[in-house]
Amino acid sequence: MKKRPLNLNFLSSLFAICVGLLFGYVILLISNPAQAGDGFGTILTGAFRDMRSVGRVLYFATPIILTGLSVCFAFKTGLFNIGASGQLIVGAYLAVLVGNKGAALGGAHWVVALLAAIAGGALWALIPGLLKALANVHEVIASIMMNYIGMYLVNYLVVQTVFDQLRNQSLPVAASAVIPRWGLDKIFPRSNVNAGFFIAVLAAVTMYVILYKTKFGFELKAVGYNRDASRYAGINEKRNIVLSMVIAGALAGLGGGLLYLAGTGKHIEVVNHLAPEGFTGIPVALLGLSHPIGILFAGLFIGYLTVGGDYLQLYDFAPEIIDVILAAIIYFSAFALIIRTFIQRRAIRTGGGGAK
Amino acid sequence: MEYIIEMLGITKEFPGIVANDNVTLRVKRGEIHALLGENGAGKSTLMNVLFGLYQPDRGKIKVRGKEVHIAGPREANALGIGMVHQHFMLVENFTVLQNIVLGAETVRGGFLKMDEAREKVLALSERYGLRVDPDALISDISVGMQQRVEILKMLYRDNEILILDEPTAVLTPQEIDELMHIMRGLAAEGKSIIFITHKLNEIKAVADRCTVLRRGKLVGVVDVAGTDKETLSEMMVGRKVDLNIRLTPREPGEPVLKVDKLTVHSRRRGQTKKVVDAVSFTVHRGEIVCIAGIEGNGQTELVYALTGLIAPDGGSIELLGRDVTRKSIRHRNTHGLAHIPEDRHKHGLVLDYSLAENLVLQSYFQPRFQRYGFLRYDNIYAYAETLIQKYDIRSGQGAYTPARSMSGGNQQKAIVAREIDRDPDLLIAVQPTRGLDVGAIEYIHRQLVQQRDAGKAVLLVSLELDEVMNLSDRILVIYEGAIVADLNPKEITIQELGLYMAGSRRQAGVAAGGEVV
Ligand SMILES: Nc1ncnc2c1ncn2[C@@H]1O[C@H](COP(=O)(O)OP(=O)(O)OP(=O)(O)O)[C@@H](O)[C@H]1O
Ligand SMILES: [Mg+2]
Repeated sequence: MKKRPLNLNFLSSLFAICVGLLFGYVILLISNPAQAGDGFGTILTGAFRDMRSVGRVLYFATPIILTGLSVCFAFKTGLFNIGASGQLIVGAYLAVLVGNKGAALGGAHWVVALLAAIAGGALWALIPGLLKALANVHEVIASIMMNYIGMYLVNYLVVQTVFDQLRNQSLPVAASAVIPRWGLDKIFPRSNVNAGFFIAVLAAVTMYVILYKTKFGFELKAVGYNRDASRYAGINEKRNIVLSMVIAGALAGLGGGLLYLAGTGKHIEVVNHLAPEGFTGIPVALLGLSHPIGILFAGLFIGYLTVGGDYLQLYDFAPEIIDVILAAIIYFSAFALIIRTFIQRRAIRTGGGGAK
Repeated sequence: MEYIIEMLGITKEFPGIVANDNVTLRVKRGEIHALLGENGAGKSTLMNVLFGLYQPDRGKIKVRGKEVHIAGPREANALGIGMVHQHFMLVENFTVLQNIVLGAETVRGGFLKMDEAREKVLALSERYGLRVDPDALISDISVGMQQRVEILKMLYRDNEILILDEPTAVLTPQEIDELMHIMRGLAAEGKSIIFITHKLNEIKAVADRCTVLRRGKLVGVVDVAGTDKETLSEMMVGRKVDLNIRLTPREPGEPVLKVDKLTVHSRRRGQTKKVVDAVSFTVHRGEIVCIAGIEGNGQTELVYALTGLIAPDGGSIELLGRDVTRKSIRHRNTHGLAHIPEDRHKHGLVLDYSLAENLVLQSYFQPRFQRYGFLRYDNIYAYAETLIQKYDIRSGQGAYTPARSMSGGNQQKAIVAREIDRDPDLLIAVQPTRGLDVGAIEYIHRQLVQQRDAGKAVLLVSLELDEVMNLSDRILVIYEGAIVADLNPKEITIQELGLYMAGSRRQAGVAAGGEVV
């Protein structure tokens, strides 16, 4: 029973990736035909040049795995969390704040900072969750607004509390707030990878267990599949909607914390841009087939292309080209979803007294 | 060229099951051909093959003597084949006319030509006595009317071969009579109709011939006129079926459900009507009380209020001596109440869950199915297996079958199994046998009676007058939201019951809001 649709799903993701890559190749051909072959080769192999590159893949994958999980978790309850961006930045701000002011915490400093990030993301998703459950305000509208409110609020708070006036960004966090490396720097020298990647893996596995093994996951999915039947079965669907959003927000917030506590010189810049990692979560969730373990791999895959794409400059290509390729894959993964639904409709017509 | 449709040796397999096994169906021009078979026998599958929704694994199809390949509904339409699915496929916020024209629009210079379409629809509606208002919104018209729209859709496309998959399951007795009349008219015009139903009366009333399937195989084809109902049901289930139930007389015990002046206002915007109007009654242990009424007289809202799906606007509900008027659905479900809902796809099932997961939808939180918040899937599947055996729920992959892919009747059996097996003190059953074959109906009826005999209370809501008369100890007639009579089925006739239901008679002493015990 589980085999067939899964295969079909897997094929559609593969299809999106192939078409996206092909599209990228065409772009390389157009912009510089002589180097296109080499350039394409480097995209595919760049990530495996050396251990440092592999480490960078893990580093890039970490936040988008978490935002992918965030989008996926809400989706299981039938909610579209487009607000991961706002949740991420609010989480990031609280992490940076604690990272700056909490040096007294000693060894627990980074842990507390991450917990603050989780709380921030959760809080930011609680509001659209409550609006949806109590007033039936569509979560897409509410979370888009929360994205902007979050961005402007964080800009304001950074200036008020942890501002580096010279660079127009947040102050660096204390060394004790930087996420430890746990020996990863020995395996992947000079890369920025840290324990955050393990935390992302742990989050994915935990989420898998929650969704597929627990009573709570059973209820969440039931609400996602059929709200009326869930109500009928006595499931408190409002509570589940709020919880689902809060957990989704917590995951995105955690992603923000991990991103800005990585000790890589990344700071919250005071600019009017929504955090892109939040939106990347959507295609990651799509490519990962809305399955926590799939998302883990999808995040790694995007990280792999990003790192490979960095080396394009060696062949006189603009580094933005990799963004174009990623965008193409994202488009085609959405497109693949449509094809998949279409194939499924044809193949597995719904049963019942008559086809529905 | 005697046959307009010939389906020869059709075989269609699904994972774990051969839904059609070398089935042959031949339909003559101008006949009404009934297709009869148990739940899951493969009727809908065979029709979906004819309509191009499924491709057969083996076998061929001839239309008007010519072999054809039907790749999809579009091709089916081009061959003059139309289908009304059991669950309608209409766009709710379109008008009747827009729905009929949808997909077959005539355009001139890029503009829809609705005037011609309207004329054609009106002419067809006139000719076959369908009486639909082309400008009404689908969401505003009754299920019976929606069905006529589906029929008009086929006629508008000049279909000559009409497939009706369980059209009567959702209709009231009056609407069924009218549908039969329409069908006869269509056949007289030379249209051929394939008619799926579980009700033998209907087959006797309109069909010329009948093809019987059992477990995917063809059992036989009979002339309806020369065959009695008993033979038909025996062909179908392979044994004799007895739908007559004699309730052993029994003194009702203590009250289980006490409803007092329960009132529900209309939820529609701009309306202040009371859809449930100060209803009071009591159901005791050891009795089956039936709420009879014409669809739309407040039964749905009454049940929603009793089960907690909507909050009542007045009055009180007492379950086993405790007031539950403001209690949650989960509270009621775990304190003696079970509910077989009216709409199995909306409330009864999570179609994307497996059969096993649906069977524990009301009990997954009990210690035997979860420990420390972790589901005990081995117990869940073991339990599902026992229910599948006990209630003869048929499907391709047993407990693992996605509920969506099960036949309509087996979906219903799953819900009934889940609710009865919880051994409730009060079972509220709304149309529990809708869409079931006679064998399954017999079984469910026995189960309801067994509940009663075991000293449980049953509140039955049914539109099926035979079921009402056969099964109940007491009949409460609901009319425009109020209980207008409390009748003993042994003392009245079906005709009298009909008069009460139509509102042309009221029992003295049972005025609105009056206490009925
Ligand atoms: N899309 C599908 N995928 C898998 N199995 C299916 C599918 N459709 C039908 N089946 C299986 O094929 C069998 C026949 O189903 P079908 O819907 O044709 O029965 P039916 O005769 O219409 O029954 P009912 O009277 O209950 O509507 C059932 O066992 C059902 O589980
Ligand atoms: Mg069917």
